Formats: sequence, structure tokens, C-alpha cells
Amino acid sequence: MAQVSSIAEEQAPNPLSASKSVLLRISRFNPETDESNKFMEFSVPYQKWTTVLEAILDVKKHFDHSVAVRYSCRQATCGSCGMLINGKPRLACFTKISELNSDVVTVEPMNNFPVIRDLAVRFERLFDTHHKIKPFLIRDDTELESNEKEFLQSPEELENFIQFANCIKCGLCNSACPTMTTDSSFVGPQALAQAYRYVADSRDKGKDSRLDIIDESHGIWRCHFAGSCSQVCPKGVDPAMGIQFLRGYLLGFRS
Amino acid sequence: MTQDDNKEGIKGMANPGRYGIERIAYLLMRLTGLGLLGYFIAHVYETSNILRGRMGWDEFLAMTQTTEGHLFLVLVIGMCVFHTGNGIRIMLGHGGVGVGKPARPDYPYDPASQNYRHKIGIYSSIVLAAVAMMYGMAVMFGE
Repeated sequence: MAQVSSIAEEQAPNPLSASKSVLLRISRFNPETDESNKFMEFSVPYQKWTTVLEAILDVKKHFDHSVAVRYSCRQATCGSCGMLINGKPRLACFTKISELNSDVVTVEPMNNFPVIRDLAVRFERLFDTHHKIKPFLIRDDTELESNEKEFLQSPEELENFIQFANCIKCGLCNSACPTMTTDSSFVGPQALAQAYRYVADSRDKGKDSRLDIIDESHGIWRCHFAGSCSQVCPKGVDPAMGIQFLRGYLLGFRS
Repeated sequence: MTQDDNKEGIKGMANPGRYGIERIAYLLMRLTGLGLLGYFIAHVYETSNILRGRMGWDEFLAMTQTTEGHLFLVLVIGMCVFHTGNGIRIMLGHGGVGVGKPARPDYPYDPASQNYRHKIGIYSSIVLAAVAMMYGMAVMFGE
């Protein structure tokens, strides 16, 4: 399916001021009817600040409203619009076309996630593994039982984990991970980084139970420190760092 | 592509171009590991030929004294040196050594765990492997 259409020439009611246009190739795939994906091509005008998500929404608005894409906040906060952009996992709302330095932008669904349709993928497994590592503070007491209204923490203690609390669960790290390309049972960098986020939290007392959860054959030992997860993280979480620190606990380097 | 899968499989592991030198090191580590495992098995078979007596031993050893045999051993030297050097880097990293400190990230979010120490470790392992291979070639092919 190689249909090339141009917004500027055919559809736009007002002349767009953009002087450049890019060939946007969108992967189309419906698992209920298609055996393999096909690419539709559109010529889309763009400006210096135009994001890939805006270009996709232009296509939906002017050419084909059936293109399936998940998005919400448009400001790299909700983690909904992760996709492969020119072969690399990125957030569409956080990727400017001008930064890609290419006349062709190819968008595909993220790898290692089942495809719902076109660019939208299922997140159930990511949320399951995230839930598996107990993403909440574990304590003997609770705020309700204690007279204190909050658990105090020093700024230094906060620094130990605040970076990992930036995770927006976009799934880019799981998509880039080389272990996840072959191992369907691997817990994945997102969940492991979040395990470290809580283990490093001075208010949390659930370190041992979390380490037990990840200390298994498809757990932390399947990470081989390729670091691709950290390279694609749009929030600077650096899952590879958290995973190595976490492994340090299990190997006895940290206590 | 299927609804339940969408995994790249081995192709995803073997396509390191998108993620820089760290992913290339990851691929080389896997390949050299498999290569050394193959060599180890072949080596056990080779040394077991001593049970065939001196004649059998010399006969089998002669196979390694050919140009192809020497090139194979040069490759083994390279694999061994890279796997050792990069392995030390990875083991230190696995213990949390040299992967940076947690801190509030600033845009453009360069990951601290992919720092210059690890890049130097990777490039050093490659250079050391190349030097060792050249030395091996000089010994085996030299006069």
C-alpha cells in the first residue's frame, strides 16, 4: 500500500507556512484481518517545532482518520505515544521531525508489545510486571495507624531514588531491551528500575520481598547491561543504573 | 507480525546499529562467548586424542599447524581477550561499580550508566583484542 498524499497541495484550507515537507510512512496492521503490516505514505508539511505526533494527527485529520494511535498529554508525561520512529523507540510527542535529520520518517508499533492495531500496542504485560514488584511503600506500620502524618525523609535520601520515580511507564525501555526480543518471561527494565526505586526509598521496608521476586531465572539475571533501555528513556530514568544497583544488593556489593 | 508477539527475535539482538557502542559490545560479548564455548568443546575433543597414542595426537595436532588452523587460533585469541576485558567491565558494572550515582536528571538526559568509563572499557577491550591477535599472528606466521 504505497499511497502518497500531500496535505499542502490537496487538503489544507489555508496555505501552510512550512517550507519543508517530510514523507511520513505509517505502519498499518490489524491483527484480526491482516497477516503482515503494510506502510502508507503521506507527504506532510512540518516546521521546526512540529512533532511526529502532530504529523500523525495531521494525517488522521486530513487523509485517514482510521490510523490507530494512542496519545493523550502531548507533553511526554502520560507515556501513551511510544512507538518506533525511524527504527528507534521514542515518544511521538517528544520527537521533533526536524531533529531526526531525515526526509523520511517511518513510524511503527513498539517491539516486544502485542499490537492492537497500527501504532497502538497492548500494555497489560508491562502493567502486570510493574505490579509484580510491589510498586508501593511496604512498612510494618501505616499512616493510618501512626500518629505521624507523613514519613520524614532527608533531601539526600530523596536523591537516592527520585530519578527512578520519573518513570511514566511508556514502555520504551522494554521495547529497546535486547533480552526482551527473545524472552517473553523476562520481567523487563521498567519493572526492575521500579523495584530499585522502592528498594532505595528510605521509607520502604520491603527490600527483601522485592529482591525475592526479581531473584529468579527470568528476573534480574537476564539483564546483560546492554544499556539500550537507558538510552531511549525520555525521562532520564536510567533503568540500567537502577538494575545494576539492584543486582549489587543480591551480589552483596550493597547493603 | 502477530497479535501476540511483535518481537524482533534474534534479529533484534543482532542489529546493534541503533543503540551505540554499548549494544555492539553486548552483541560481541554474546558472539565471543558462544565462540569460546565452541572452542572449549573442540579443545576437549582435541586433547582427548592423546588416548590414541603419540601417532594419533601428532596427527590431530597437525591440523592446527595449517594456515586455516592458525587463523582459527588467532580468532580464538581475539575472542578470549575481548571476552575477558569486556567481562571485567560488565562484572564491575553488575556490582554497581562505575555506573554513576542517582541524581535528578537534566535534559537531554544523558544516562549516567553509559558513561565514559564504560566506553573506554569497551574500546580498550577491542583494541587489546586486536593487539593480541596481531601478536598471535606474528608468533604463528612469523619466521
